[in-house]
Amino acid sequence: MSNTPLTPGIVSGRLVPEAYAHNFDDLEPVLDGHEAHVAADRCYFCHDAPCITACPTSIDIPLFIRQIATGTPEAAAKTIWDQNILGGMCARVCPTEELCEEACVREAAEGKPVEIGRLQRFATDRVMDKGVHPFTRAPATGKRVAVVGAGPAGLACAHRLAMHGHDVVVMDRRAKPGGLNEYGIASYKAPHGFAQREVEWLLQIGGITVQTGVELGRDVTLDALRADYDAVFLGIGLGGVNALRAAGEDLSNVRDAVDFIEELRQQPDKSKLGIGRDVVVIGGGMTAVDAAVQSRLLGAQNVTIVYRRGQEKMSASAHEQTHAQQVGVRIICNAAPVEVIGAGGAVSAVEFAYTEDGPEGLKLLADIFTLKADQVFKAIGQTLVAPDGLSGAKLDATPLARVWTGGDCAMGGEDLTVTAVAEGRDAAEAIHANLMGAVG
Amino acid sequence: MADLTTNFIGIKSPNPFWLASAPPTDKEYNVRRAFEAGWGGVVWKTLGSEGPPVVNVNGPRYGAIWGADRRLLGLNNIELITDRPLEVNLREIKSVKRDWKDRAMIISLMVPCDEESWKDILKRIEDTEADGVELNFGCPHGMAERGMGSAVGQVPEYIEMVTRWVKQHSRMPCIVKLTPNISDIRKPAEAAKRGGADAVSLINTINSITSVNLDSFSPEPMIDGKGTHGGYCGPAVKPIALNMVAEIARSEATRGLPISGIGGVTTWRDAAEFMALGAGNVQVCTAAMTYGFKIVEEMISGLSQYMDEKGMTSTADLVGRAVPNVTDWQFLNLNYVTKARIDQDACIGCGRCFAACEDTSHQAISMSEDRVFEVMDDECVACNLCVNVCPVEDCITMVELPKGAVDERTGKKVADFANWTTHPNNPSVTAAE
Repeated sequence: MSNTPLTPGIVSGRLVPEAYAHNFDDLEPVLDGHEAHVAADRCYFCHDAPCITACPTSIDIPLFIRQIATGTPEAAAKTIWDQNILGGMCARVCPTEELCEEACVREAAEGKPVEIGRLQRFATDRVMDKGVHPFTRAPATGKRVAVVGAGPAGLACAHRLAMHGHDVVVMDRRAKPGGLNEYGIASYKAPHGFAQREVEWLLQIGGITVQTGVELGRDVTLDALRADYDAVFLGIGLGGVNALRAAGEDLSNVRDAVDFIEELRQQPDKSKLGIGRDVVVIGGGMTAVDAAVQSRLLGAQNVTIVYRRGQEKMSASAHEQTHAQQVGVRIICNAAPVEVIGAGGAVSAVEFAYTEDGPEGLKLLADIFTLKADQVFKAIGQTLVAPDGLSGAKLDATPLARVWTGGDCAMGGEDLTVTAVAEGRDAAEAIHANLMGAVG
Repeated sequence: MADLTTNFIGIKSPNPFWLASAPPTDKEYNVRRAFEAGWGGVVWKTLGSEGPPVVNVNGPRYGAIWGADRRLLGLNNIELITDRPLEVNLREIKSVKRDWKDRAMIISLMVPCDEESWKDILKRIEDTEADGVELNFGCPHGMAERGMGSAVGQVPEYIEMVTRWVKQHSRMPCIVKLTPNISDIRKPAEAAKRGGADAVSLINTINSITSVNLDSFSPEPMIDGKGTHGGYCGPAVKPIALNMVAEIARSEATRGLPISGIGGVTTWRDAAEFMALGAGNVQVCTAAMTYGFKIVEEMISGLSQYMDEKGMTSTADLVGRAVPNVTDWQFLNLNYVTKARIDQDACIGCGRCFAACEDTSHQAISMSEDRVFEVMDDECVACNLCVNVCPVEDCITMVELPKGAVDERTGKKVADFANWTTHPNNPSVTAAE
């Protein structure tokens, strides 16, 4: 007998097959030519445009939109990639409503910004679909750079370095390159293998060797890289996960949300994925939202996000929160887990205390409630696993000579794909200046 | 509700909105539906001489330019006069007029430039009981190559001659339709008046190529790889038409000559503007071709509301109201000093005013770190470009400096009215001293 959303426990196949296909397809499909033309025409081509300032990679947005409006999406895509080589993925995952689109003057004028993200996707998809890669390499410099981490920061860094004529080796501990683009974002944001397609497209520039299954500290040391290469870029992301520090955390079916999201991304047949009937997600960031939304999309009957502070402090964007609520996720704020309650070794419920966020910090109140749960996802933040020779909550622009950092592992900037791209790109420019300045 | 009834050169219609001689008025089916929709009159699509009808191309007849979302801004055509047999048109005109006596029915005519041809066609249309004729001296394509249409309209002597024949051989009111493809519109208007025309109508379409296909390198509309210039019309031509209407309305030689205004009339507002500049009524084509006959309902309700709000009881109250205010540059008040003012609450911070002023005008707008844009009165020449490029209505306005106030740009006090004719820099003033 097939399962339904009401089937108790963690089971797969809660939905009919078509529902999976629908739920995990593109949430927001690409604009067609006419839609893009209309959307592009809304751009006012602002002077010293606020959207450019708001973009961590400083894409010349008015220019690329004008290029779309005048029928040259190829030129538009080039404008985007000049600043952000992962513009295709950023068009899908950027919280545009908090970046470029928030700054758009039409947001001020009528509360409806130009659809910058969707226009960006229109242009980049058009050109990527043709397999065109509009960048070439400068003459070889003979310099070799090691890039650790094939996520957004590492890939952006590698591409820019290759463009400048350096030879790049990108290492990543996982089986596939892409980092969080491949393993860490919700499936419906970049379906149809987009992350891998984008990596393949990016590598068309040449001069980049990707080594997967290579982990810093296990397979190679930072010292060895420094000895073997002219420069090293670390874009290793955040490898650790914070613990709940609540009793019962070790019960089975209590899981890190990032692992769940990764498994989900890698499973082509979503109907094979087990999901609880009553799912509780603890945390308030994008990871929490992605885990909760996808739990619902897999057919969980009840999905609740519980966040210990007020809703305004959730790091997931308002747009993401709204989306979660639209798919039926309940969001409870100002409550922290006290105990994970088990039955037969597995989680059966979670007990929460309401909280008060005051000047002295977060205070647990005596007011307690319990949520039924056969599956719990922890999404309360990730931590840096620093390589030997470095330390800290985030990597500093490093005391080690000829080592650069970028992305989530690095100090400064938000933990966004687009920020990682900017940091990787800028590190590449710094490395290039350093290597070429050091000649002779 | 205001009375929209108009009496144009003795031809009465329930409102001043006529359909111009064009594809929408080519046959009985269309014209009946237009009258049912509420149009006040039609100018039947141009008839030619008896004999084998003209032929049209069998590829595209129209070319266009669009705004965003494909809103049609300008249309051009290479269609010729009616390609239906003369007898069919005459029979249909008569049939429609018999059923719609309160509507204006005008017949547009274009025949070879000899007296017999005109005499003959006038005789043939007499029986239709149409209210008047319009002489098509305007079409710039096709027929002009055969010595008709704008080929006549570009030679004032021909206009006068043909108009005289028409008045001589017919008792019908006669409207002469003018081509804008000429350097001074007053000359053909004067010629029409000399020939005895009861009115002029303008503008006919403007010679144009709407676009060039950058793959086939052919003009659009393209016929088998080639293209030809067509007549341009629609909203894009309205400013040109308004000026030409005004020139005739205010010229001493043609003042008082009734005008039927044509050229991009799309809404009641456009119609009101033409009428304020002296048009007794308007003719519409492109707007109907774009949106259908129903637009006349908006035109009727809009013009009525406007006239009510202005206390106007008949269209005559509106016609010509703006004509006294159309003047020559030399008579403009040089002591009318204004400065741009930016409403900071309305400003959305796009900076287009800054870019326009800084790059292309007088460097009179400042921009702060936090995107506050302000006008520097000591540089502002009041050119109005910032107003024109600002995407927010009424965000930037031009405010008049009161008399006696100091213009920071010139350091001079705003003085009494004075124009170029008395300005010290005017050589002819000096010469007169």
